[in-house]
Amino acid sequence: MAARFPARSFAPFGLLALGGCSAVLDPQGPVGQGDRIILIDALLIMLCIVVPTILGTLAFAWWFRASNTKARRLPEFTYSGRVELLVWSIPVLIVLFLGGIAWIGSHELDPAKPIAAATPGGAKPIEVDVVSLDWKWLFLYPEQGIATVNQLTVPAGAPIHFRITSASVMNAFFVPRLGSMIYAMHGMTTDLWLRADKPGTYRGLSSHYSGDGFSDMHFVLNAVPPAQFGAWVAAVKGKGGAMDRPVYTALSQQGTMPPATYGAIQPGLFDAISSGRLPQAPGPKDNQNAAR
Amino acid sequence: MLLGKLTWSAIPLHEPIPLITSIIVLAVVFAVLGIVTAKGWWPYLWREWITSVDHKRIGVMYCVMALVMLLRGFADALMMRSQQAVAFHGPGYLPPEHYDQIFSAHGTIMIFFVAMPFVIGLMNFAMPLQLGIRDVAFPTFNSVSFWLTASGALLVNLSLFIGEFARTGWLPYPPLSELRYSPGVGVDYYLWALQISGIGTLISGINLVTTVLKMRAPGMSYTRMPVFCWTTLAANLLIVAAFPILTATLAELLLDRYLGFHFFTNDGGGNMMMFMNLIWAWGHPEVYILILPAFGIFSEVISTFSGKPLFGYRSMIAATMAICVLSFMVWLHHFFTMGAGADVNAFFGIATMIIAVPTGVKIFNWMFTMYGGTVRFKTPMLWAIAFICTFVVGGMTGVLMAVPPADFVLHNSLFLVAHFHNVIIGGVLFGCFAGYEYWFPKAFGFTLDERLGKTAFWCWFVGFIVAFTPLYVVGLEGMTRRMQHYDVAEWHPWLIVAAVGAAIIALGIAFQVLQLIVSIRTRDQRRDVTGDPWDGRTLEWITPSPPPTFNFPVMPNVEGEEAYWGLKSKALQQQRLFDEPAYEKIEMPRNSPTGFFVAIVATFMGFALIWHIWWLAALEFACAYAVFVVFAWRDEHEYYVPAEEVARIDRARRAARQQSWFEGTSA
Repeated sequence: MAARFPARSFAPFGLLALGGCSAVLDPQGPVGQGDRIILIDALLIMLCIVVPTILGTLAFAWWFRASNTKARRLPEFTYSGRVELLVWSIPVLIVLFLGGIAWIGSHELDPAKPIAAATPGGAKPIEVDVVSLDWKWLFLYPEQGIATVNQLTVPAGAPIHFRITSASVMNAFFVPRLGSMIYAMHGMTTDLWLRADKPGTYRGLSSHYSGDGFSDMHFVLNAVPPAQFGAWVAAVKGKGGAMDRPVYTALSQQGTMPPATYGAIQPGLFDAISSGRLPQAPGPKDNQNAAR
Repeated sequence: MLLGKLTWSAIPLHEPIPLITSIIVLAVVFAVLGIVTAKGWWPYLWREWITSVDHKRIGVMYCVMALVMLLRGFADALMMRSQQAVAFHGPGYLPPEHYDQIFSAHGTIMIFFVAMPFVIGLMNFAMPLQLGIRDVAFPTFNSVSFWLTASGALLVNLSLFIGEFARTGWLPYPPLSELRYSPGVGVDYYLWALQISGIGTLISGINLVTTVLKMRAPGMSYTRMPVFCWTTLAANLLIVAAFPILTATLAELLLDRYLGFHFFTNDGGGNMMMFMNLIWAWGHPEVYILILPAFGIFSEVISTFSGKPLFGYRSMIAATMAICVLSFMVWLHHFFTMGAGADVNAFFGIATMIIAVPTGVKIFNWMFTMYGGTVRFKTPMLWAIAFICTFVVGGMTGVLMAVPPADFVLHNSLFLVAHFHNVIIGGVLFGCFAGYEYWFPKAFGFTLDERLGKTAFWCWFVGFIVAFTPLYVVGLEGMTRRMQHYDVAEWHPWLIVAAVGAAIIALGIAFQVLQLIVSIRTRDQRRDVTGDPWDGRTLEWITPSPPPTFNFPVMPNVEGEEAYWGLKSKALQQQRLFDEPAYEKIEMPRNSPTGFFVAIVATFMGFALIWHIWWLAALEFACAYAVFVVFAWRDEHEYYVPAEEVARIDRARRAARQQSWFEGTSA
């Protein structure tokens, strides 16, 4: 992880202008960079009108204060076609401009839109199936036949296609330094494409409150050089048990846990979870007593 | 079986924080009740307040409830901010099951039992006076509305002592709020409290819409109404259109939880996405229900304290109604991250931005109202100017999050939390405080202390900036909302600053309490004799402070915009008051305990349903029907204020006016 100094993150608006060092403003992949450009552009466009408005309000209020003998009083100035035209057209123009950005940005940066590799003809996309559980993240690598919990290792520079679902309540899958988040919902699959351009360790978390263990529901995303990725897969493969139905059922109990790896996965597990063929997670242990 | 799910374990005897809080709150409640009893105030309270159907009294009671609930909601805020300030690399002092209830209760209370009653109270108080009428369309209904809201507030607060509150956030998204994942009574407290108060709000909306549409003074055409009446109309139209959606959505969740339905469950064909769409189809109009009346208050305040009519009056009306309609077309921006296609996201993003147009127009028109005016920096005006400066920032961050790609990284973060506090505190709450300072002398006949008011204002304003700017920053640093603890070093200093900001706001609240106490104690020196302490422009200032029950001895005849300003200017020009009218007896609605009884019944029924005490629920349902029957069969609905009494009150008012306008003392 790049060294970050808290002192540099003071002065919020200076930080925006400089591109800053905080998570969302310091993206390490194309999606996050796209999000950031749009965020900053939209902000700057609006600041062009917001700052003069604030200053104008303060200036008008101060200049026309009752005690100012120099101010020209216009008690009958209650309508002006020109001013009306101006006050309607300025916001309209800004919104036209921003609306264009929103339309293009929504299409360019649609979370489900596939993205390319960092270099032309580079690494081929990696498939990762994500299941949010109470309160941990299960990552299944269908092509590699391995699984992990609360840790995600991906090759830097390769597009990653996440298929995301939830075993229980809603969550959102979010790696702030890589860009867009998306909800994880039971019985549904959401798609998200991300890419980490540089090797590094990035923090991931659930960005949708999901119950008492929610604050611990974070994970690390290790982006490793492509060559190391193969080595990592080989190291995990075949060791540490299989992610099959009994293991999954145990995992779906409420609770938190440290990162773990599984050397094999039961084929079709993700589809069984996301389609609702496997039962939903049980929820609180005292369910039977408390429920009717 | 007799008590359903209710057992001794529902009392938090083993948890020190709720237990101590409960004891303190109970002690305060009993102390207040004791004082009222000892002083023998019950008959007065019963006659003049509890059973009152006077819109002014009901408005005041709404505002009092909002202020009391503000203290409760703010106590939650202090706990949250201090928890996040200390819970770096550690559990802090609030365990998750408690912390989760606190943020859920904070949001629920602040929206439903602070912001809503505050704006409804101010609309209730001021709108009929501004329209030149004697009461709202359905006075007893009005009392029922208030008491149902009070019943909801009581149930939410009861959850502190008996059982628990929801741990789902202020909007209980399923499946987390379903029985499987929230088996306790917390969500049921939430649901029944909001169903009961929601019905009150809906009735109030119908009442106020009818009042504006059907009951204006002679000559008060739509385009002569003060803008506050327009925003009241718009907000209440939104209530009438949106609150049934809330009631239906919560009813579906209740059916899921109580009768095993599958509207929103994971299994059985339920769909939680339907809940999100429905709840925000209500929820987005809801924020305009709150902000539109605040816009109206600012319009009145800025115009009065600039000594000018509102700039672009018709433009303001157009903007208000545009916001009213557009607010129903943007709900999806609350969940761009659900995975809808790019076309859908872009559509709702752009629709959201379009609301910024009429809002921007309003801001500019307020600026031009000050332009060329004579600006007096009284406390309400300070709130209004601060509102413009903070609200444009909140509006900007709102439009920013309406751009879907920006929302993809900001959604659910503390940036979002900062945004909506920016518009709800900087907009709604500042507006309510401006209205509170502005109409207080009208309601009680004496002004509030200016110095303490201004001190409180500065504490609020500075505290607000110190508390919420850091949240924008940690949001950009990837901090999501509702975290009970965290281990990211970059977030920690900002959260400490935010806690300091909350402490400064606490100081502001302390000064407001002090202002109220000092003003009451020195009320004899601060009497508003003329009834027009701010040199006002709308009809409420023609009445004495406080206005008599019937508001106007004769219905005012409105001859233009700014009805009162026109009359006042004419009188001052001619150097004499208008001729004394012929006084007649006035028919007024009788007091009724219906609302109060309905609330008692509703509270017991809600409690019984929450705890599955079915016999009590059935009994209370029967009682509710009985209250209705008794009310429907009442014989006398009205009484007459004799002409002599009307004349006596109005002659006193005229004498005061004569004195202040033409006989030397200050106007």
